[in-house]
Amino acid sequence: MSVVIIDYGSGNLHSAAKAFERAAREAGLNETVTVTSDPDLVAKSDRIVLPGVGAYADCRRGLDSVPGMVEALQRRVREEGYPFLGICVGMQLMATRGLEHTTSYGLDWIPGDVKPIAPSDPSLKIPHMGWNTLELVKPHPILAEIPTGPEGLHAYFVHSYALTPSNPADVVATTDYGGPVTAIVGRDNIAGTQFHPEKSQTLGLRLIANFLRWRP
Amino acid sequence: MLKVRLIPCLDVKDGRVVKGVQFLDLVDAGDPVEAAKAYDAAGADELCFLDITASHEARGILLDVVQRTAEACFMPLTVGGGVRTVEDIRRLLLAGADKVSINTAAVKNPDFVREAAEKFGNQCIVVAIDAKKVSGEGEPAAWEIFTHGGRNATGIDAIAFAKKVAELGAGELLVTSMDRDGTKGGYDLALVRAIADAVSVPVIASGGVGNLDHLVDGVEKGHASAVLAASIFHFGTHTISEAKGYMAKAGLKMRLDKAA
Repeated sequence: MSVVIIDYGSGNLHSAAKAFERAAREAGLNETVTVTSDPDLVAKSDRIVLPGVGAYADCRRGLDSVPGMVEALQRRVREEGYPFLGICVGMQLMATRGLEHTTSYGLDWIPGDVKPIAPSDPSLKIPHMGWNTLELVKPHPILAEIPTGPEGLHAYFVHSYALTPSNPADVVATTDYGGPVTAIVGRDNIAGTQFHPEKSQTLGLRLIANFLRWRP
Repeated sequence: MLKVRLIPCLDVKDGRVVKGVQFLDLVDAGDPVEAAKAYDAAGADELCFLDITASHEARGILLDVVQRTAEACFMPLTVGGGVRTVEDIRRLLLAGADKVSINTAAVKNPDFVREAAEKFGNQCIVVAIDAKKVSGEGEPAAWEIFTHGGRNATGIDAIAFAKKVAELGAGELLVTSMDRDGTKGGYDLALVRAIADAVSVPVIASGGVGNLDHLVDGVEKGHASAVLAASIFHFGTHTISEAKGYMAKAGLKMRLDKAA
């Protein structure tokens, strides 16, 4: 089986690839993990990961600047139904629009907007940075064997914006930061995490292994 | 609920971990990658590498150490020391750093913070503020920014500088008291609190931890979002899990997950 991590100029993907390799090895899965900017490879892979750090508009521009990449994603993920995982801004790009600085448009796979997080407690710092627990909204295979709730495992977040799906059924888990903030979205064969599984130690490696086993 | 972060810091010189007393008198405390792995396994919430002499001696940055660490540790890694240009930041991020800490370059040219944040996102730009108290007995508290490992005074007020770089796009501030660093006397809580209360971004308290109560104080009295320490962990005075357990018992919200 093959996993591709899409390289569109958004930060370091080497350590993300190492996390996927380690999760696959520990789960006894025979996966090849490739970091690529080649849409032809994306069009042939069994699983697709879209990472992303930085500003929404920059990430969108970066994705558009790889010829054929958005088309390859649409075809492989939306038409052919292969499992997809968006991470951080990669998850936010699944939304309809990003309202960071200017309005830019996402892939519109999960209808909704990406807006500044606005904790009810004004003393809470922005960015929401650090380890937080997850509140399960609906069961999902990528959360198998991962304890959620206040006594559950922690995920590493670092973000100032969050995706609010227009359909609440697309929310898999939230995290509490002066109110619920979307932590995981999912529908059909697509899922996304606002936090960084590749930086989330135990929870992260389990979630990645679950994604690699996922048969939507 | 968001947890308080405990961050062991590895001061690195020539590819080896060192810890200085007030940034002088260096003692070898081991291999950074091995130390990073040990901290990862022990449940550290983040790691920090500071190349403490790079900006003084114009030494290259620790790309190889960063890369090997990022391949082995699936936790956030902040790297600083000698970061002067957008290209320095890019190289560190590509090697596997999640955040890059800027010190002297931010003092010399605050617009560099804006440029860096616009290029790479606020979330990966940390501004390291090294400050010394300059007010006397009975005067209103004031601290001044120092650069080059505490050697150069700048005349810049630390609180005003903190506000400025946060507005320019720093996603986090690492506040080190040059008076306390290496003394084991505890953080300069008044300094940390003055900055933490003045900015909307998270503040990491640094400089002076000698016991576990100091870590608790950094959060409770200093209002820091994260606490950083070096020598109490390097030399085995306390373990990470011991420290986190202690902080939790003191009432702080800590992440106590078992490591992978």
